[in-house]
Amino acid sequence: MAKHETPLLDQLESGPWPSFVSDLKQEAESRAKNEKGIEYQIPVDVCEDLLGVLELSFKHGRTHWKHGGIVGVFGYGGGVIGRYCDQPQMFPGVAHFHTMRVNQPAGKFYTTEYLRNICDLWDLRGSGITNMHGSTGDIILLGTTTPQLEEIFFELTHTYNQDLGGSGSNLRTPSDCVGQARCEWACYDTQAICHDLTVEYQDELHRPAFPYKFKFKFDGCPNCCVASIARADISFVGTWRDDIKIDQEAVAAYVGGELPSNGGSHAGRDWGPFDIQKEVIDLCPTECMWLEDGKLMIDNRECTRCMHCINVMPRALRIGDDRGCSMLVGAKAPILDGAQMGSLLVPFIKVEEPYDEIKEVIESIWDYWMEEGKNRERLGELMKRQGFQKLLEMTNIKAVPQHVQEPRHNPYIFWKEDEVEGGFQRDVNEFRKHHQR
Amino acid sequence: MAFISSGYNPDKPMENRITDIGPRKFDEFYPPVIKKNKGKWLYHEILEPGVLVHVSETGDEVYTVRVGGARLMSVSHIREICEIADTHCDGHLRFTTRNNIEFMVDSREKLEPLKQDLASRKFNGGSFKFPIGGTGAGVTNIIHTQGWIHCHTPATDASGPVKATMDVLFDDFQNMRLPAQLRVSLACCLNMCGAVHCSDIAILGYHRKPPMLDHEYLDKMCEIPLAIAACPTAAIKPAKFELPDGTKINSVAVNEPRCMFCGNCYTMCPAMPLADDVGDGIVIMAGGKVSNRITAPKFSKVVVAFLPNNAPRWPETTDCIKKIVEAYAEGARKYERVGEWAERIGWERFFEKCELDFTHHLIDDFRDPAYYTWRQTTQFKF
Repeated sequence: MAKHETPLLDQLESGPWPSFVSDLKQEAESRAKNEKGIEYQIPVDVCEDLLGVLELSFKHGRTHWKHGGIVGVFGYGGGVIGRYCDQPQMFPGVAHFHTMRVNQPAGKFYTTEYLRNICDLWDLRGSGITNMHGSTGDIILLGTTTPQLEEIFFELTHTYNQDLGGSGSNLRTPSDCVGQARCEWACYDTQAICHDLTVEYQDELHRPAFPYKFKFKFDGCPNCCVASIARADISFVGTWRDDIKIDQEAVAAYVGGELPSNGGSHAGRDWGPFDIQKEVIDLCPTECMWLEDGKLMIDNRECTRCMHCINVMPRALRIGDDRGCSMLVGAKAPILDGAQMGSLLVPFIKVEEPYDEIKEVIESIWDYWMEEGKNRERLGELMKRQGFQKLLEMTNIKAVPQHVQEPRHNPYIFWKEDEVEGGFQRDVNEFRKHHQR
Repeated sequence: MAFISSGYNPDKPMENRITDIGPRKFDEFYPPVIKKNKGKWLYHEILEPGVLVHVSETGDEVYTVRVGGARLMSVSHIREICEIADTHCDGHLRFTTRNNIEFMVDSREKLEPLKQDLASRKFNGGSFKFPIGGTGAGVTNIIHTQGWIHCHTPATDASGPVKATMDVLFDDFQNMRLPAQLRVSLACCLNMCGAVHCSDIAILGYHRKPPMLDHEYLDKMCEIPLAIAACPTAAIKPAKFELPDGTKINSVAVNEPRCMFCGNCYTMCPAMPLADDVGDGIVIMAGGKVSNRITAPKFSKVVVAFLPNNAPRWPETTDCIKKIVEAYAEGARKYERVGEWAERIGWERFFEKCELDFTHHLIDDFRDPAYYTWRQTTQFKF
């Protein structure tokens, strides 16, 4: 017999998609039975109360969670998010229900041994409910009490060699795409740099010293599977600057219909025979491709590396060999001043250990933002407020046409004194010798 | 229950303390076929919905079966994932950015038993535990935020609308009939922890009533200057009030017509709650993308200003999404994303094809970028 009736939630058990309600109930039952005889460190009925409070929200159309309050582990300013229920008498099991963010491994590959250890720890000391994963990338352990926080942190660090992720006004846990581990399009090793920068900047990740949150995300190619360009303060998008490699035999195989277009991704509908002119050449945004005697030709100098032709014919076309990444800065979701897409700051940079050049750019951006950014002002908003030129100046990067979509629409240029011959100081009396008042 | 110590000594927190060690290193977790072929992959192919093969220059192959997951996941469920990975994948697996689970095997023979095992597992309520799909020109898993399960500022739930929407779109999770991939995302308030602002279809929780003011407690619970500074439209100012018992208190006043309902004040000041059963609901946005393929990344546009929070299955929301998906499937060209299709046919035609009403709420009036969205040409369609 369930502790709380949940007639609304019960309606989410049917249908084909995995039901989180069924899963929560399964966990509630497992804790109630406790076949392994676990000495649960937070209330046994935590999942039942979680279902109960959620049912109440479904009934009221409003959340029943309160603000965080200050909880955390000693010496860290992030990684733990405090959460309290606003109906603790009705749902004592979730009266205190804090979240811990556990820094996921780059690429999100796991061994079952590791995951089982996390499950055992979370069974004993938490609700047994997780998010795999949170939006930023962390493993989210959802719901424990204040006395358990240090215990969990101690076990994570001592037994599992595992640290917490970021929250608050600091570097948030960096994340990356599958990259070279299992993708032929990755222009650099996303996992290697994601891990390296995460370890290098542990202090920035754990101890809030920034005006607001700051995110790194690593996409191996311009397809942007982790959406870095839309949501990272610095997005690292893989690219190359030499020629796309062409296998003409494979091109012919696509044209002859022997290979499926786009890696077989359109198999659910009959789109007719593959038409290289219509599907590749005519869709190229720079019109830099053509056929010559049955061979596919590319004017690589005009290519903007949008990935379309490579996506459509993965066995015929491959990314170039002179690889690196573009760095775009200032992307963010809408709050406070509207959504912003990343703006291109570094058109091309090599991504090679120990990443010194990249770290130089990062640190110059941080110096600028920490000096000039207002409380809760993201980098993108600071850039809007002070202008792109200021960012170029602070990062010591020379302006190039690649920085803009188009040049400015107005001539209101803020000339600096040292840019104008002779400076701004002039003698008005000298002027008046030739121009009467 | 007896307290079990981890070894941590609260009297000496610095004793044996380990900090700043970061995450576990990624290559500890690679399956052998990944470790051996990293950086050597030649090409990939989607063999059927949810099943991929990647072929390496060494001749090795890795077969991946992708399954959907509710990102809200119990340890019992994770242990079941581990059991499957132990049986079929030598104890390895990975998660994708969109909360799918990927099981990898190194030969084609291992594929069938794995697929059968995954497809056979169901929850007691009847839903699939591990539906195979989410690849190619179809719908993949919805990325989402916490909603009513764990957040203090949501204007809608997350897991509930996601479950309801994925049930409605389930065929397109397991089929690849669409013109291109279609990414759906949900954020339960406009703070957008889920960054849904560049999705083909975004489900966004939105408040529509200004904060209530808990005057008696406001100055005790909040730093008034922080609450004032948090408002992006400068709608909050300091104010003095007199309580019924004659006590004079410091509080704030809200210029209600200026409120954009973002809830930032509530984040800074718990005495300014704005959640409301009727006021809160869902905004539908469409036409965004993050890929640089063919056209530049795009923001999603607001196409429905408000739909009610009709728990437990949000039928108005799922109907609307279904209409957009069907109109897109019908009208777009191969490779065209939702936003590219809308721009080609014109947004006036988009509303017609999707059978959506256009209202004044959909015309941008927020700061400078608004001007650039008005029609400044005589080119339009009747």
